[in-house]
Amino acid sequence: MTSTLDAVGTDARGRTTPVRPPRGPKTRSRAHARRSLARAVPLVPAIGLLVVFLVGPILSSFYGSFTNMSLTGSAAASAEWVGLQNYIDLFKSPDFPVSVWLTLVFLIGSAVIGQNIVGMVLALLMRSGSRWVGALVSTFVVGAWVLPEIVAAFASYAFFSQHGTLNAILAGFGIVGPSWLFAFPMLSIILANTWRGAAFSMLVYSAALQEVPPEITEAAEVDGANGAKRFFLVTLPMIRRSISTNLMLITLQTLSVFTLIYVMTGGGPGNKSMTLPVLAYQEAFKFSELGYGTAIATILLLVGAVFAIVYVRALKTEVD
Amino acid sequence: MKLSSPNGIALKWTANILLLLIGVVFVLPLVWVVLASFDGSATLSVAWPKQWTLDNFQKVLTPELAFVPLWNSLLLSAGCAVLTVIIAVLAAYPLSRYRNRFNRPFLYAILFGTCLPITAMMVPVYSLFVSLNLIDSLGGTILFMAASSLPMAIWMTKNFVDSVPISLEEAAWVDGASSMKTLWTVVVPLVRPGIAVVFIYVFVAAWGNFFVPFVLLLSPQNQPAAVSIFTFFGQYGAVAYGQLAAYSLIYSVPVIALYVIVSRALGGSSALAGAVKG
Repeated sequence: MTSTLDAVGTDARGRTTPVRPPRGPKTRSRAHARRSLARAVPLVPAIGLLVVFLVGPILSSFYGSFTNMSLTGSAAASAEWVGLQNYIDLFKSPDFPVSVWLTLVFLIGSAVIGQNIVGMVLALLMRSGSRWVGALVSTFVVGAWVLPEIVAAFASYAFFSQHGTLNAILAGFGIVGPSWLFAFPMLSIILANTWRGAAFSMLVYSAALQEVPPEITEAAEVDGANGAKRFFLVTLPMIRRSISTNLMLITLQTLSVFTLIYVMTGGGPGNKSMTLPVLAYQEAFKFSELGYGTAIATILLLVGAVFAIVYVRALKTEVD
Repeated sequence: MKLSSPNGIALKWTANILLLLIGVVFVLPLVWVVLASFDGSATLSVAWPKQWTLDNFQKVLTPELAFVPLWNSLLLSAGCAVLTVIIAVLAAYPLSRYRNRFNRPFLYAILFGTCLPITAMMVPVYSLFVSLNLIDSLGGTILFMAASSLPMAIWMTKNFVDSVPISLEEAAWVDGASSMKTLWTVVVPLVRPGIAVVFIYVFVAAWGNFFVPFVLLLSPQNQPAAVSIFTFFGQYGAVAYGQLAAYSLIYSVPVIALYVIVSRALGGSSALAGAVKG
């Protein structure tokens, strides 16, 4: 015990404290223990809040997904342990596999392909285009991102609805557009989320491209590499860290998109755009199947946790 | 790639034209919000108003429709931001300044926390709030929102505190100041711009948050503007697009203003993304 406390104290001393008069070994270790406790005191409010409101719900989510708790009725008062029943129901129900599939389509379509590529294209074009055009366009792109999510959702709803802007433009070309939100709900929410989130990737990639030393691309140019070759063989490998970090973050952000989908399609028509967050909401709050909704939430948290662990490992150097 | 060469000029103008095309696509949904809000007979499509009018604003700017919800939004966001910033500064200081075996796991946990999909947590959080009897309580919602923005806030604040040289504090310690006193009199004034960024970051996120108050706050007199706009849309949206747009515009202005302030202050729009740059 004494030795570990000593180790802490020695560690801390190296960095922070002015020289103190020497004391006996016992008093010193006790003083170190006290000091190290005193130093942890400012962390208490943060830890308290995080434990009660983040760790608590996560643990209860795991526990709750094994019970039959509900919002109303007899199960509301006393939730019973039902083992894996919620998960068995989940995998048996026709909605869940559809929802997993739609979530994957949404993640790949709007994050990995949509936001990622649109963001990269914008960042690249802004390097070649005029400064004022770049500034103007990035204002628009960032505008869609800064807007509160509910407003962005309404704006997308208006854009894609039957009498909305998109169909008005198509009508200008003599095309009668479909009712996008009913005929192509997934495509609509994928495009809407790309519109909403592309700014983030654009900003990350602009910053990353700025850090690529021009000498390297110039050297490649001298060696006869054309634009596409320079990009894929020189620039892209140099910013791969930014790309992987960005992909991770936008996938996580997209995984928890709820408002946009809820406002635009409500998960419908039927369950044609029912991604997991919308399904969890509907099961828990509309159908009062709290255990079932909690099981979905738990799965989402686990998926999120896997991404988070990969992300934390990537940023390891910054912690050390 | 020299810009003077004909090839360079062609490249430049191709890039400009493509950028402007993408820009038009991106701005159209935003233009709808602005134009529709001034249009007496707005539809869902972008259209130049036949007659400009402020009627839409006048109709939504009533106490129960806009003022109370906007006030609630302010209470929620400001409460959440103040609480988060104070707690984050307190936590960031020992994390940045002292080395002990507890720091590393804590920082990993914090970084992990920044990645949590909060949406996925709302079902268990609702159960927690039911059992703590905090449903429909503004205070409880503020506490949860503060907790969910703490990981990012602590991470950002720690990075800002890291950039303050320790020699200044050592001088204060030699003069006999306690570490808390040093924090408030030496460190906080030096990282004030950083604290402002964290504050605005948290404020903007809380102001725009729809799902958390949607789940946790039930009575209209407690709901913030995000939820009240949604309810309004459900009740009158199908007929009153102009009013919906006007309300959306009023509700968005503070966030846009804050964003402009931050990006001006820090030069470049990457201010809010800077925290998570890879």
